[in-house]
Amino acid sequence: MALAGLFITACVAAWLGFSRARRLRAAQHLHSLPSYHGAYAFLWALVPALLLLSAYSMVEPRLVDQAVLATPQGRALPAFDMQRQSILSEAREIARGDREQGFNSESAALAPAIRSAELRYGLIGAAVAMLVAFAGAAFALRRSAAEFRARAGVERWLTILLVTASLIATLTTLGILLSLLFESLRFFRLYPATDFLFGIEWSPQTAIRADQAGSSGAFGSVPLMWGTFFIGAIIAMVVAVPLGLMSAIYLTQYAHPKLRSWLKPTLEILAGVPTVVYGYFAALTVAPVVRDFGLKLGITSASSESALAAGSVMGIMIIPFISSMADDSIAAVPQSMRDGSLAMGATKSETIRKVLIPAALPGVIGGVLLAISRAIGETMIVVMAAGLAANLTANPFASVTTVTAQIVQLLTGDQEFDSAKTLAAFALGLALFIITLVLNLIALQVVRKYREQYE
Amino acid sequence: MSSAAPLGAASRWTDEAMQRRVRRRYRSERTFRLVGLAAVGVSVLFLAFLLVTMASKGLGGFVRYEAALPIDFAKTDLFLDPATLRGPDADQLVASADLETAISQAATAAYGPSGATMFGDGAVTDLTRKIVDDPDMLTRPSSLWLPLSSDLDIAAKSDGAASDEKVVAMLRSRSALKMSINTQFLTASDSTDPSSVGVWGALKGSFLTILVTMFLAFPIGVLAAVYLEEFAPRNRWTDAIEVSINNLAAVPSIIFGLLGLAVFLNVMNLPRSAPLVGGMTLALMTMPVIVIAGRNAIKSVPPSIRDAALGVGASKMQVTFHHVLPLALPGILTGTIIGMARALGETAPLLMIGMRAFIAAPPGGITAPATVLPVQIFLWSDEVDRGFVEKTSAAIIVLLLFMLLMNGLAIYLRNRFERRW
Repeated sequence: MALAGLFITACVAAWLGFSRARRLRAAQHLHSLPSYHGAYAFLWALVPALLLLSAYSMVEPRLVDQAVLATPQGRALPAFDMQRQSILSEAREIARGDREQGFNSESAALAPAIRSAELRYGLIGAAVAMLVAFAGAAFALRRSAAEFRARAGVERWLTILLVTASLIATLTTLGILLSLLFESLRFFRLYPATDFLFGIEWSPQTAIRADQAGSSGAFGSVPLMWGTFFIGAIIAMVVAVPLGLMSAIYLTQYAHPKLRSWLKPTLEILAGVPTVVYGYFAALTVAPVVRDFGLKLGITSASSESALAAGSVMGIMIIPFISSMADDSIAAVPQSMRDGSLAMGATKSETIRKVLIPAALPGVIGGVLLAISRAIGETMIVVMAAGLAANLTANPFASVTTVTAQIVQLLTGDQEFDSAKTLAAFALGLALFIITLVLNLIALQVVRKYREQYE
Repeated sequence: MSSAAPLGAASRWTDEAMQRRVRRRYRSERTFRLVGLAAVGVSVLFLAFLLVTMASKGLGGFVRYEAALPIDFAKTDLFLDPATLRGPDADQLVASADLETAISQAATAAYGPSGATMFGDGAVTDLTRKIVDDPDMLTRPSSLWLPLSSDLDIAAKSDGAASDEKVVAMLRSRSALKMSINTQFLTASDSTDPSSVGVWGALKGSFLTILVTMFLAFPIGVLAAVYLEEFAPRNRWTDAIEVSINNLAAVPSIIFGLLGLAVFLNVMNLPRSAPLVGGMTLALMTMPVIVIAGRNAIKSVPPSIRDAALGVGASKMQVTFHHVLPLALPGILTGTIIGMARALGETAPLLMIGMRAFIAAPPGGITAPATVLPVQIFLWSDEVDRGFVEKTSAAIIVLLLFMLLMNGLAIYLRNRFERRW
């Protein structure tokens, strides 16, 4: 309602500004086009009022609550905070007509009070916003004159918009950091940080009864870190680095351009397949094969949820990434080095192995680091194929678990938000965020250094 | 190189040792080349294997077996008056009637005791629709084709339990079995019975979520790219913005889920499981991708365009919005579509904000509880019922088709509109 009113006001203001400028143009030369005068009035009428309305909409529920609690029915509510809140939220739903009646008998009596308070404060907010809109429109319209620089005014508004848009990225980073830090600190108040960082036992199941076995809940993250590293940085890279590097070499150095123009997009499809598909494939098709293979080798502990199945499928997923990073760094090696080697009589493969790859090595290593950071943060494959047992083992046929798989596990149960279990997920998230951030920063630094070397 | 000539000795091309060396070097050249080809081959073969596996497992999900069922409603316990079914709430009336018992009674009458469990939830849904369409059916005996239960469906398609195989063989011998397109799979929502599940609810959820993502991420991303590329002064603040955008692009997607959970759900109290929150979370994830693609596209517009526009008296803002941005738009759109395709396939952040609930009806709006296609695939993959294997793979086919469509669109846009300056 208020929004539509604001919008209409702004449109009327725009029309007034536009037509007034057009009349002015008949008599004298204008600095700005009439459309800019219109836009100027539109923005002044709309933006301040909108900002005010959105700020008010955050305070409004609190005002309504206060007003309702001041009524006789509100004062009769239990003093206990959580119970009062639940009654209030029920009454709010009844007032909106979302439900017929609540579990608490008091809520129905509160509904009329809430409805009237909401109406009152809604009207106040709308009236104030409209007043601001009128004031803004009047201010803009009063300024319109032949020599008035309406275009500069509109562009100032646009600049503000642009800056705000680019600030959102920074705010997101800040939001991630703050929310992770905040929840992690709450976790570390319940569970010592040193135990979290160096403990080697992970069993987050806090039992309901105190005398049950393992009731304490252990949050030692070492097994998770090892599992993450084992799957993402060892197994996946053993698969992805040779295949990705050799693919890049073949595609850039040997393949016929026509073949290359087909093979490269085909490889890139691998990167575009959703991870949940890889996860399903790993769990359904790869895992049984890996387990049977392990049993045939005589490894009795071979599990159907193995690190090898998850890691190898993840490695396949990473191939296009490594390949394109290697491609870039090989292409950055100066042609003169290649020509020099070939002129000395080296074959193509000798040139690649002894000149190109050593020269491109920093770039390739940077690419591998980026790939590791991506593999570490990968979630669905490990959730579906790697299992949940926190084992500290180097046996690729055994089940290990990772940070991401545990975050999903901890947060998808029915848990109240304040338990150590859910807060532990945020501590794991913080660790994951820091690790990937550091890996990325190192990788970008390596790649940049290497680029400078040849420029 | 044990056979290398001693240092200083003249090496001649006609020497036997030299010839051997050259041959060996050429051999290793060929091997190297073959290893490279093999590496590419392994990746391509894996992709082919993945696609073929999904297709062979999933294509069955788009068809179903139906059996003929002679049914006379007068002989069953069903009580429904055709006259009342012409009113507006016919749907509810039929839904509240016990069709399941009626079907199993009719099937027992036709096929003996094994008929009692021959039809599943899918048959009930089908019959409900048939009765609503034609209430007069209730008054006369008729023969209907209804979908088999999930176990029998598997037995008819591949192999099932011995008892199920026997029932299928019996139906075949009476020629009371036929295969038909499973329209329910594309029009229904989640269900506990694999014979009546569908992807429509999840598809609609995905669609709404992506819509929210696009409405948020595209304008903000493009404006941020314009600012950073065209207006931003080089100082500490813009450097901070740039670094944070580049880092956001590499942050694991699950972290965005944690952010959504902590900020959108716990601080702002937005509804759980809603496409609105899912879209907002994915928008934060997609925005850096759009900003980076947008900056590259804007950067590739040659400065001569800007100079010409400035030369005829356009302001900086007019140059950007009237000339640079339209020319950069195809590149920006390509990047946006690729980012949207990635958001469409994303699962982990949506699990964090509770979009994994069992939801049996398509969402009514962006604040209604919903699930999305990748999450639906994840949920079905956890089901123990064998009928879900086929449905999961079929849902994956649908998801892959959408990804292919979006990426194809991006490639088309790039080839059709992108200019090389």
